[in-house]
Amino acid sequence: MKRKHRRLMVVLTSLGLLGAAAALVLTAVEDSLVFFYTPSDLAERGTPPDTLFRLGGLVEEGSVRKEGSTTHFRVTDLNQVIPASYTGVLPDLFREGQGVVAEGTLNADGSFIAREVLAKHDETYMPKEVAEALRESGQWRDGATQQ
Amino acid sequence: MFHRFANPARFSRIAARVLPWSTAATIILFVVGLYFALFASPADYQQGDTVRIMYVHVPSAWIAMGCYTFIALMSAIALIWKHPLADIAARAAAPLGAGFTLIVLITGSLWGKPTWGTWWVWDARLTSVLVLFFLYLGHIALTNAFDNPQRGARAAAVLALVGFVNIPIIKFSVDWWNTLHQPASVTRLDAPAIDPAMLTPLLLMALAFLLYFITMLLVRMRSDLNAARARALRLSAAE
Repeated sequence: MKRKHRRLMVVLTSLGLLGAAAALVLTAVEDSLVFFYTPSDLAERGTPPDTLFRLGGLVEEGSVRKEGSTTHFRVTDLNQVIPASYTGVLPDLFREGQGVVAEGTLNADGSFIAREVLAKHDETYMPKEVAEALRESGQWRDGATQQ
Repeated sequence: MFHRFANPARFSRIAARVLPWSTAATIILFVVGLYFALFASPADYQQGDTVRIMYVHVPSAWIAMGCYTFIALMSAIALIWKHPLADIAARAAAPLGAGFTLIVLITGSLWGKPTWGTWWVWDARLTSVLVLFFLYLGHIALTNAFDNPQRGARAAAVLALVGFVNIPIIKFSVDWWNTLHQPASVTRLDAPAIDPAMLTPLLLMALAFLLYFITMLLVRMRSDLNAARARALRLSAAE
């Protein structure tokens, strides 16, 4: 009985220590675990021009403008806004009010030149009819309830 | 509490009685679940029919994480109370968990391309699931790396317990950090963010996957026990 108890204590203590160590490591490297920065993050920390990073947020309503194969849009987190542009084919789910993660660099004038654009979708799943019914009754709008 | 089931002979008897039922239930649930998932459920308002990948992807992910938790629990029991059946259960579960994790990675990749626009990104959720896959492979390799199976089981049990820190990381990665992967739809504090018409096939498929896992686990544990018995008989016959 005594040895069983000792083994139980050893296992529990090591697991506790391991969990604490993992938590400390993860908090320490939190910055590099972030997949993208929001416009507010950028405003706070300031990123030098020509460094590659990912910008994430919502495509601002009414901001998408096409010029040949180049698309201009604005990325917002409903607090700060950053103008962005991308040349190439956009993913199907890219639309106004939708989440987006773009990789690229910041121009000298503060606009974002994207090399790659990924669509980020939220955790809501529903049939088309339900979405339309909700939209008609004004209870829900694309993008408005997200993030 | 588990002492009663930790007896290998009794376990084999119980498993033999449970197996026909769990096999039948697995088949029925898969037929019903797949019918709902592929035909009797609506397409998503944004993703269209691509959303049906969810009915395989999400249950696999749940089982992959549940299986690892099961292995960690069995490893703790094996290390602390030295129940031989716990080692056998952990050894039997690892390849199943690795298989489910591989399904998660592949279906996730196939789902990511049409929705996000990429097969793979190194965000916290995807990376931690890849780590889970490597933990499973490491567990299988360690179990078989020693001539003495008991030493292999011991080393694998320690790995399983150490690797368990990854499970909460997978679960909460989407809440702790910005990720491309969206947060949880079903296991939230408020109501699930998923329409009932889509939640039904998802839960049916999850139940089917769970029963498949249990059935395969029992089959593998039983064949492991039988192999051990055959080895013992051969040894005693050779003397």
